[in-house]
Amino acid sequence: MAEYKKDPKKNTIAALVSNKSGVLTRISGLFARRGYNIESLTVCATEDPELSRMTIVLIGDEYTLYQMIKQMDKLDDVKKIGCADELDCVYRELLLVKVPATAEVRSQIVEIKEIYKAKVVDLSVDTMILELTGIPTKLDAFIKVIEPYGIIEMQRTGLTVLARGRHTLKDRDCYGDNI
Amino acid sequence: MKMKGADILINCLLEQGVDTIFGYPGGTVLDIYDALYRNGKINHILTAHEQGAAHAADGYARVTGKTGVCFATSGPGATNLVTGIATAYMDSIPMVAITGNVGLSLLGRDSFQEIDICGITMPITKHNFIVKDVKELADVVRKAFYIASSGRKGPVLIDILKNVQTEECEYEPAKPERYKALPVKKEKLEPAIAAINESKKPLIIAGGGIISSNSSSLLKELYEGIGCPVVYTLMGKGCIPEDDRHCLGMLGMHGTVAAAKALMNADTIIALGTRFSDRVALNREMFAKNKTVIHIDIDNAEIDKNVRADIHVMGDMYEALKTLIPELNKVQRAEWLDEAAAWKAEEKLKKDTNLLAYKIISAASKLAPKDIPVVTDVGQHQMWTAQHYHVNKPRLFCSSGGLGTMGYGLGAAIGACFGTGKPAVLVTGDGCFNMNLNELSTVVTQGTPIAILLMDNGVLGMVRQWQKIFYGRRFSQTTLNKKTDYVKFAESFGAKGLKIENEDDVEPVLKEAFEYIQKGEGPVLVDCRISPDENVLPMIKPGATYDTQLLKMEEN
Ligand SMILES: Cc1ncc(C[n+]2csc(CCOP(=O)(O)OP(=O)(O)O)c2C)c(N)n1
Repeated sequence: MAEYKKDPKKNTIAALVSNKSGVLTRISGLFARRGYNIESLTVCATEDPELSRMTIVLIGDEYTLYQMIKQMDKLDDVKKIGCADELDCVYRELLLVKVPATAEVRSQIVEIKEIYKAKVVDLSVDTMILELTGIPTKLDAFIKVIEPYGIIEMQRTGLTVLARGRHTLKDRDCYGDNI
Repeated sequence: MKMKGADILINCLLEQGVDTIFGYPGGTVLDIYDALYRNGKINHILTAHEQGAAHAADGYARVTGKTGVCFATSGPGATNLVTGIATAYMDSIPMVAITGNVGLSLLGRDSFQEIDICGITMPITKHNFIVKDVKELADVVRKAFYIASSGRKGPVLIDILKNVQTEECEYEPAKPERYKALPVKKEKLEPAIAAINESKKPLIIAGGGIISSNSSSLLKELYEGIGCPVVYTLMGKGCIPEDDRHCLGMLGMHGTVAAAKALMNADTIIALGTRFSDRVALNREMFAKNKTVIHIDIDNAEIDKNVRADIHVMGDMYEALKTLIPELNKVQRAEWLDEAAAWKAEEKLKKDTNLLAYKIISAASKLAPKDIPVVTDVGQHQMWTAQHYHVNKPRLFCSSGGLGTMGYGLGAAIGACFGTGKPAVLVTGDGCFNMNLNELSTVVTQGTPIAILLMDNGVLGMVRQWQKIFYGRRFSQTTLNKKTDYVKFAESFGAKGLKIENEDDVEPVLKEAFEYIQKGEGPVLVDCRISPDENVLPMIKPGATYDTQLLKMEEN
C-alpha cells in the first residue's frame, strides 16, 4: 500500500466549469469549507460559451490534492478536472509592476527589464509600469531584483496553463463517467 | 401547451411520479399552492413547521427509496428547511426542496422575506438552482430530480422567483430520465476478487450504501457465498436480519462487543457503501492497521478520505456486487464464523437486561406490528434502539446518522407513515421530543398511526453520560426540570396518552399502544419514565481504538 506523500507542495489544477453566475462561489466555498489552501485562482472564458476555465494553484500534500480534485469533481458545475502537473504543460503568468522611475534610476531599471525581456507599458514623469510574462519563478526573480527600487503597486494574474501537443482537458476522464 | 410556471412545476412533479408533498404555504409560493389546489392530484401534508416538512420528506425518501419533496415559502420558510436539508445531505437521502422567492424586480433589494437560500444551502445540497426565467423551469425540475436520485443520492433545492410562477411558457410533457448505473467491469474488481479469495478471516462492514442501492439481497448472496461475518453501521441497519448467524450487529462507538472483536481479528475488511466516519473509524490510523481494506463505494471522494484502502472499487454497489459475487470462491469459513458466533452468543448472555430502557425497547421490538418502520431521534434512546430493536429488512429504520439532528424523529415518522402506508414506531427522548413536538398536532390532524415511545429520563441523557465520563459529573445544563405531564399533553393535542412507570407496565402498555396504532385512528404517546442514569454501553471513546471498548461506566 503506497502512502500519500506528506510533504506540502504546489499543485496546479485545471478545470472546465459551467459559465454561470454562482459557480465561483460554489467552488471557493468548497475550498473554504474543507480548509484547502489556495495560492492563486484564475477564471476566464473559453472557446465554448457554455464553459469557463479555471486554473487553481493549491498548496498541500498529496492527500489534499486528491481530495480537492475529487470533491470538485462531484460538483454539477465542474465538467472536467485534472491535475496539470501530471502532463507536460506550458505554464504562464503575467505581471504588471509599477516602480518609481525618476531620472537617477530609470536607466538601471531599463537595463534589468532588458535582461528579463519585460516591457515598459506606461511611463510618466516619475513612474513606470513594466509587464512581464513567464513562469511564476521567473516573475518571482524579477520582483526580487526590482524590489530595491521600491514597488509602488503590483498585480499578478495567477497561473494559467495548457497541456502541450494534442492533449486537452476536454478529453479527460471524469468521475461521473465511471458510475 | 402554454401554461403558467406554477402549473408547469406541478406537471413536472407529476411527471416524476410525486404523490406526496410535505410543506407550508406563504407569500411567495401562493401561486404554487394555487396550482396544487387546482390540479388536485398530489397529496399535500401541512406540517406545523417547515423543519418538520423537510424531515418528513426525508423519512418518506428513506422508507420508499423515492425522492422526498417539500415546499416552503421564501425567507423564514426557506431557512426553516435548512436543518432538514442538512440532515438529508449528511445521510445521502434523495430530496427535492422547493422554495419560492421574491420576484425579479425585487430581487437583491433586501425585500420582504427575501433570503439567498441558494447561498445558504450551497454546502448542504448536492446542487441547487435559482430559477429566474420560466423557460428554464421544466428542465431545472427534471434535472433536480435526476441529481437527487443519481450516484450518491442527496438533497437538491430549487428556488423559484415569484414572477416565474405566474409567467407563461410552452410546456412539453417529458418522461423522467432515470439514473442507470453503469456496470462495474470484472477487470476493475480483479484485485478485490483475489484478496477476498485469499482471505482467511474477511469481515464485511455494510453501510448505508447497501440500503440506498437496494443491494440487501446481493449482500446476502455475498456473505453466504464466502461464509463470513457481517457488521453494519447505523446507516446500514436493516440490510441484514439481526438473527442471521452471520450478523454481529452494529459497529462503532456504541456498537456490539462481537462487532469489535470481529474487527480486531479480521484479516480483510470488505467495506461496502460506508465512509469510515469518526463514529466508526474512531481512530483513523489504527482502525484497519495490518489488515487489507477493500472499499467499494459510489463516491470517489470517499475512497481514502478517512481510512486508506488497499483496494478500491468505485461504482454502484448493486452493479459491483453483481459482478463480484460469481467470481468468488464459494467456501464456508466455518472456523471464523464459529468464532464470531461464539462472541455473539457470549455477548447475549452478558447483556445487562435490568435497565428499563432496554426492556421497553426490546419488548417494543417483539410486540410491534411486523415490518413497520421504526424511527429514532438522537441521543441515548437512539443508540438503545440501534442496539436492541430488531430491524430485519432494509428501509424500515430511519435515524439521523451523520448530522445527529435532535428533533428529527417526529417529522421523519410522519414521512415514514405516508411512505409505507403503515403505522410507525418512534423512539424519542424528552430532549428531542421537545424540539419538534409541534408536529404532534400534524399527526393528530392527519390521523397518522405513530406509536411514540418517549424515553423520558428528565435529562439530556447522552450529553449527561459524557459529562459523567469526561467532565467529573458536572451536569451543566443537562437536567431538564420540565413539569410537562406528557400524557395530558398528548391528550390535549388529541392523541392518546399512556404511561410506563415500571417493568410490569411494559408489556400491557405497549400492547395497548400497538393495538391502537393498528386501528389506524391516530397517534399514541407512551411516556416511558426511565432513570436519568441508564447509560449506553458498550462505548469506545472518541479517537480510541477498538480494544479499549468500555463495558462498564468509567467515571471521572
Ligand atoms: C439539534 C441538536 N442540538 C443538540 C444536540 C446535542 N445532543 C446530542 S444528544 C443530546 C441529548 C438528547 O437528549 P434526549 O432527547 O433527552 O435523549 P436521551 O439522550 O436522554 O435519550 C444532545 C443535547 C444535537 N444532537 N442536536
